Amino acid sequence: MRASYSLPRWADLLLLPIVCLGLALLLAGLVVLLVGQDPVRVMTVLVQGALGTQRGLSYTLYYATTFIFTGLAVAVAFHGGLFNIGGEGQAIMGGLGTGLAALYLSALLPAWLMLPLMLISGALFGMVWAIVPAYLQAYRGSHVVITTIMFNFIASSVLVYLLVNHLRPAGSMSVESAPFAASAKLPTMHEALAALGIAWPSSPLNLSLFLALLACLGVYLFLWRTRGGYHLRAVGSSPGAAEYAGIQSRHQIVIAMSISGALAGLVGMNEIAGVNGKLLLEFVSGAGFTGIAVSLMGRNHPLGIILASLLFGALFQGGAEVAFEVPGFSRDMVVMVQGFIVLFSGAMAYVFAPALAWCLALLRPRAVASSRLGATDG
Amino acid sequence: MPRVTPAPAVRMRGIHKRFGAVQANADVALQVAPGTIHGIVGENGAGKSTLMSVLYGFYRADSGQIEVFGQPVNIRNADDAIALGIGMVHQHFMLVDTLTALENVMLGAEPHWLLARAQAAVRIKLEALMQATGLQLDLDCLVADLAVGDRQRLEILKTLYRGAKILILDEPTAVLTPQETGHLFQVLDGLRKQGTTIVLITHKLKEVMLLCDQVTIMRAGRVVQDLPVSQASIEGLAEAMVGRKVNIGRSQGPPTAPGPVLLQARDLVLRDALQVTRLKGLSLCLHAGEIVGVAGVSGNGQSELLDLLSGLLRPTGGQLELGGKLFEASAWLDPRTARELGLAHVPEDRQARALVMNFAAWESAVLGYDGLPEYGQGGWLDHPAMRRATGQYMERFDVRPRNPELLSSKFSGGNQQKLVLARELGQAPKVLLVGQPTRGVDIGAIEFIYSQLRALRAAGCAVLLVSSELDEILALSDRVIVMYQGAVTGELPMADCSEARLGMLMLGGAVQ
Repeated sequence: MRASYSLPRWADLLLLPIVCLGLALLLAGLVVLLVGQDPVRVMTVLVQGALGTQRGLSYTLYYATTFIFTGLAVAVAFHGGLFNIGGEGQAIMGGLGTGLAALYLSALLPAWLMLPLMLISGALFGMVWAIVPAYLQAYRGSHVVITTIMFNFIASSVLVYLLVNHLRPAGSMSVESAPFAASAKLPTMHEALAALGIAWPSSPLNLSLFLALLACLGVYLFLWRTRGGYHLRAVGSSPGAAEYAGIQSRHQIVIAMSISGALAGLVGMNEIAGVNGKLLLEFVSGAGFTGIAVSLMGRNHPLGIILASLLFGALFQGGAEVAFEVPGFSRDMVVMVQGFIVLFSGAMAYVFAPALAWCLALLRPRAVASSRLGATDG
Repeated sequence: MPRVTPAPAVRMRGIHKRFGAVQANADVALQVAPGTIHGIVGENGAGKSTLMSVLYGFYRADSGQIEVFGQPVNIRNADDAIALGIGMVHQHFMLVDTLTALENVMLGAEPHWLLARAQAAVRIKLEALMQATGLQLDLDCLVADLAVGDRQRLEILKTLYRGAKILILDEPTAVLTPQETGHLFQVLDGLRKQGTTIVLITHKLKEVMLLCDQVTIMRAGRVVQDLPVSQASIEGLAEAMVGRKVNIGRSQGPPTAPGPVLLQARDLVLRDALQVTRLKGLSLCLHAGEIVGVAGVSGNGQSELLDLLSGLLRPTGGQLELGGKLFEASAWLDPRTARELGLAHVPEDRQARALVMNFAAWESAVLGYDGLPEYGQGGWLDHPAMRRATGQYMERFDVRPRNPELLSSKFSGGNQQKLVLARELGQAPKVLLVGQPTRGVDIGAIEFIYSQLRALRAAGCAVLLVSSELDEILALSDRVIVMYQGAVTGELPMADCSEARLGMLMLGGAVQ
């Protein structure tokens, strides 16, 4: 990754992303200026709206939950040397799995049985949707990038077909299923904290946030603490060495994609079980693709993915606030800001690395000299 | 012989070049007399390639002066170097396989925009050049169809065509058979007589003694010695290169009576995806306590043989007996089974196979052995145990730096190889397959690796050694098998081996 310039580890992991983020925001500010708005005001509204209030923070965390799932999905595949573009489709199928289980069983089963069942069903649906491209890549040589993209279209069409033709209650005009029974509802943070006697504003944020954090821990433990993870990373880093070690790369491709698809499928727990309580269209709305950016920015590490998800969650929530508060500033502008962030922190991150290394090298001798004067600066 | 010398062909003074923390060249001075062959020797990483890259314009020195034929020059890139009459033949050839020899020479220097006319003009010039230098080859042959020796001749021809008066050759004999090497040396000698100045980068001291007039020895970025070859000896040069006495000559210990057969392969046939036969019914057996060398020009099936025996490839036909088990082509062993049966494998391609380059050393050090119970129970990996084992490997095999956390890619070739050997020898194998054990490894590490292989032989292990370095095979083997075009052309006990004889066999000649 790092070429001839050498950046200290802390700078590579912390300073570089911050610098890239700053540059992205600067450029975004310029564009805001160009369309005749005040960048400072827009930024203030954005930050205030995303983090300034308990309600705003709740929304930010709610968005972040979905991004953690899709981000982890991309990261696991990436460690196996695969670029899973199909998070979107796998999340749709995951939601479908979650919803179908709830639709047919929620009237019969209690919540403590229903919710785990929905979780398993969603993960399984996502997994199956990822295994097909994985199998095709491993045993038939069709590239997983191509097939997962196509599977996104198929997934969204399947959802539309099922909703329109089979799941829509007779006589209903809106394209959505009947609402689930109460046992299929994942408690919101508002309800959960109220039970503990803590006041928290009502928002879509629900307990699947903890599920997402658990998934992060699980992914970390799997990839770096188990034999399975070791094999998966070996295949991803060096197929030749893995083959030499007797690791079947075909199996690892299928394993990596299964885990990846299952993680994406968990989006259903947040969106379907946690928020909507029924199956509907557009509940993923691009989160599968945002997951690619999240994983890229989080360096494919669970901890980084949590941070990147928070950032993108904040942008989503703050952007909605800006679109509402600032006249003439549409949500599309926020998408543009996101685009800048992806561009700078993902695609162009290492463009700035040499310059940054150079700056650090310049600072170093001075840092020694100024440490004696330090107190006045500090 | 020192005569009244005109201006030196090349004079470099005070060359400094630093890559990050590494001082690749420190105050290097080099003076090459015109019309001589000047050897530059040194271990890997001694700075000889860096120095030549500075001369050829690949790198710019941090400081220092260069004079060419007495004129101070500023070489910014390869074009500048070529304009000054400096040509370089790289270790890895820079040729386009799908073009003919003639087109390759012309590429980038077409004398006319109509290709037919350009070719005619180039052909006339080249034929004269071939006549003058003795570098004969078929100009209309595709490069893909040329033998390795011919490709090298083509590279030399190409530089001469562009007016090179100073020719830099980087490890030119690494890919050649002894016969081809001999022919190359005749050509170089002829060029010297015609006044061409030649700089030869090599680590084969025998070649220096045979061919060069003057030799410069580099160590750790500095020139440690510069002397006429008439005053040099192989031992003295080796000592100056490494900084201490080395012993890597022929000393494989007393011949032992061959022990029981540990590995037996019969009639191995391998056809690749294009239905090209890579191995034509090859049989061999390995006894306990012997080192069997496989000699041959690269690409005659040696790599495929290693891959078959280690389970990386499955053959089209044949069978293998290992550890009391019989494997047929239809149910071949896989690398995991091979390891379980006590077969260790040091692969030829260290970078792509032996280590996962972006894993820390302690992760690479258990590759293939991660299933052992000492590295963790029930699917979990015991990181402290892995780190401990790596630390012990590093201690026993003198891997430097002794830092298990360092990325595998950050170790030098020699230290990577020591780590691989440590891992493969760590479980006391019964059979060891080893390919190119010292490729890209410095001379100090070579000595250590040889001593480890000999110790393994003494301990009753059967070793199959594939190497493109004939010297290495002669230094280590009890018995030598020569491969040519996927078949064994000869099998000789060590006592009957000579370079000339092996060279004949390597080119497909029959045993007398």
